[in-house]
Amino acid sequence: MSIVMPAPNPETLAKRELIIAAMRAIVPGEGVITEPNELRPWESDGLTAYRQPPMLVVLPETVEQVSAVLRWCHDEGVKVVPRGSGTSLSGGALPLADAVLLGMGKFKRVLDVDYEDRIAVVQPGVTNLAITQAVEARGFYYAPDPSSQIACSIGGNVAENSGGVHCLKYGLTTNNVLGVELVLMDGEIVRLGGRHLDPAGLDLLGVIVGSEGLLGVVTEVTVRILPRPESARAVLVGFPDAEQAGACVAQVIAEGIIPAGMEMMDRPAIHAAEAFVKVGYPLDVGALLIVEVDGPAAECDHLIGEIARIAEANGAVTTRVSGSEAERIAFWAGRKAAFPAVGRISPDYYCMDGTIPRRRLPEVLRRMEELSRHYGLGVANVFHAGDGNLHPLILYDANVPGELDRAEDFGNDILRLCVEVGGVLTGEHGVGIEKRDLMPEMFTEADLMQQQRIKCAFDPDLLLNPGKVFPTLHRCAELGRMHVHHGALPHPELERF
Amino acid sequence: MLEPRDVQDLRQIVADAAAAGGKLELLGGGTRRGFGTPRDAGLVSLGAISGIVDYDPAELVLTVRPGTPLAQVEALIAGEGQMLAFEPWGEPGATIGGTVAAGVAGSRRVTAGSARDHLLGFSAISGRGESFVAGAKVVKNVTGYDLPKLMAGSWGRLGAMTELTLKVLPAPRVTVTLAATGLSPAAAYAAMACALGSNAEVSAAAHLRRGITLLRVAGFAPSVEARCLGLPRLFSGHCDLRRMDQAEAAPLWWEAMTGQALAGAVRWQIHLPPRQAPALVERLDALGADWAMDWGAGRVWVALDKYGVQVRTEAQRLGGEAALVGAPEAVRAAVPAMHPRAAGVAALEQRVCRAFDPAGVFASGRFAEDARADQFPA
Repeated sequence: MSIVMPAPNPETLAKRELIIAAMRAIVPGEGVITEPNELRPWESDGLTAYRQPPMLVVLPETVEQVSAVLRWCHDEGVKVVPRGSGTSLSGGALPLADAVLLGMGKFKRVLDVDYEDRIAVVQPGVTNLAITQAVEARGFYYAPDPSSQIACSIGGNVAENSGGVHCLKYGLTTNNVLGVELVLMDGEIVRLGGRHLDPAGLDLLGVIVGSEGLLGVVTEVTVRILPRPESARAVLVGFPDAEQAGACVAQVIAEGIIPAGMEMMDRPAIHAAEAFVKVGYPLDVGALLIVEVDGPAAECDHLIGEIARIAEANGAVTTRVSGSEAERIAFWAGRKAAFPAVGRISPDYYCMDGTIPRRRLPEVLRRMEELSRHYGLGVANVFHAGDGNLHPLILYDANVPGELDRAEDFGNDILRLCVEVGGVLTGEHGVGIEKRDLMPEMFTEADLMQQQRIKCAFDPDLLLNPGKVFPTLHRCAELGRMHVHHGALPHPELERF
Repeated sequence: MLEPRDVQDLRQIVADAAAAGGKLELLGGGTRRGFGTPRDAGLVSLGAISGIVDYDPAELVLTVRPGTPLAQVEALIAGEGQMLAFEPWGEPGATIGGTVAAGVAGSRRVTAGSARDHLLGFSAISGRGESFVAGAKVVKNVTGYDLPKLMAGSWGRLGAMTELTLKVLPAPRVTVTLAATGLSPAAAYAAMACALGSNAEVSAAAHLRRGITLLRVAGFAPSVEARCLGLPRLFSGHCDLRRMDQAEAAPLWWEAMTGQALAGAVRWQIHLPPRQAPALVERLDALGADWAMDWGAGRVWVALDKYGVQVRTEAQRLGGEAALVGAPEAVRAAVPAMHPRAAGVAALEQRVCRAFDPAGVFASGRFAEDARADQFPA
């Protein structure tokens, strides 16, 4: 519980009634929530260790309402925290005591599907899975598949640049979004991209995706939809240890195969998953790989054979190829249930999300074991093996005094380790509040100031989702200062702050 | 022309220009200087900041300095059976930095993404003369704003990249072209949409004005064979698809991908919703234009003898955008190269430019919108 949020502004708290009245004038009826007991369900997102009831919740239904809410808050200097479905694992939608929580859940319509041009235009509150459901009758789907896809919204996916198990082959959200309608903090409505590729000028859409709700509020999203592959097959491979599994992964890719999904689990994760869903995972192995290929049946048959051959050459002790669609789904059932399965063997767990260069995996796992002993906390690993994205699950008990703090310290050490070996703090969950204070591990002050200047270009008063992503709140005037070289200031006629 | 020997040199040049109110134009191989308004900003070549920094094929990651020739990069990774999936193309001398900064992508873009989708990280000198990095050297990362997206296709307006990390992917083992002839633009669009929307995994689709439609099928041999049997069945009764040998297909793909074979001194690149392409080319035919469709009709190259405003207005009317990619100096002096953005987006774009370059060092005069930049103070 070491993350400190910006201190509430007493002036804002003092005018709460005025703010409520203004919001009710914009969003009528039940779209403004103010009663303390009704605010409680909104007090956290998927990072449940952190809770803060919002000052109030506003649930607009139209882009005009979003614009009016933001413009009023902008003019009055009131902070706003946008929220999709609230499934963020990094605290991206954590409310603030002095901020309006802007819930986008009422934007639930699929507006248009163009199957010939392979796009869908949807509102941001549509869930990830609902996009696929809207187009699957015609043989299409939306590719990014974060594990929360039943619940998470496409607007939240845009904010977090969500991934999923298939993103090595099909990309993250950013590679599958063609356009957004966006409301800036001052209420201005802009459209970035749309129904065609590569719009003119700077790729502002590219920087919106993954901006964690700090740059604008998305009110419409145009996504690419893809034809469903003809078939998919999976192979389950057990290895004595993670080193051999890692060598197998490297060789699969070196031989030119990009699987649709390639997941690794370590012994504790295998045992937890098998105990939970009983899908027949081998229990006498040190590492388990699930490799899935998709495409024409002839391709799947060919590649499954190649992967089995590579696995054997790298010391596989068990290899099972899915013989039916039911068996393929069973292979995945254990992996997809890994988090709740770990939840059964430990009162609480803390899910990390670093990425490393895959070749460093054996070393990272070894050092993670040392850290596990040091902190006296267990860890189970699930791993998007194809792209090096680790999800260590740290096991702890929040009811034991000090264990949550130890789990957080352990997690921070894991992320520092990821950066040290050439990786990153987060592969798909976002920085949010969770990794905010670790940003200097990966970036210099100059790097972070350059990123924050982007924030200033969109929201110069820093009112939208403050306290997230960046460890220091630089005022924009301070960030805008030019260094003076040789005593000469460029454009001396311009006013400086 | 200034030719910094290293990053430190480059940083000093930018810092001095910022202090003196100077303007700089960044150059890779200088092969695309004909894009944009004629200008006289100081030229800074990044040609000497070159070489491979790190390449680990199994990690799918390549780190390279901007002045490295594109041909050298492609030869290096081809030696490991890999490729840049966005299919960059350029004239001899084109560099990897210039190619990414120009947002160049080939026919595979429709299924594999553009330069922006494959630039994982970079280091650069901002217009403040400061070094900074963004992104990372691993294939999956969401730490901080995705500045590589902004840098790809920015044409040197934000900063001078000093190192680029790119995602590389396995090159297909086998590539086959299936071709149809004699289709009208509307029929060709329908055929390309059908192919790209099928599960035959067509990786590129193009159509030339003289009635040649191209579909590319690539991958492992057993898969390619199966798809090449399935696709003609999909089109039976609609058109005949024949297998075209590589020697015949390669120049046709080049024509569709680059538009360079089109006849005319004034050249446009139009991006639009593919379904609008048949209506666009009908208008272009009436104007006497030559054209070629790529990206399943999402990109149309256009060439005309003379400048006419209709090309851009038609593209816009149909929900698309037109970039003026080549024209005599007098035309380029009068007509903005990039399609004009809506006012709100243009203002936002200028604020983002200023976030990297408050003094406008990189506002070289190449782009009309940057010349008005001073009305948007930092």
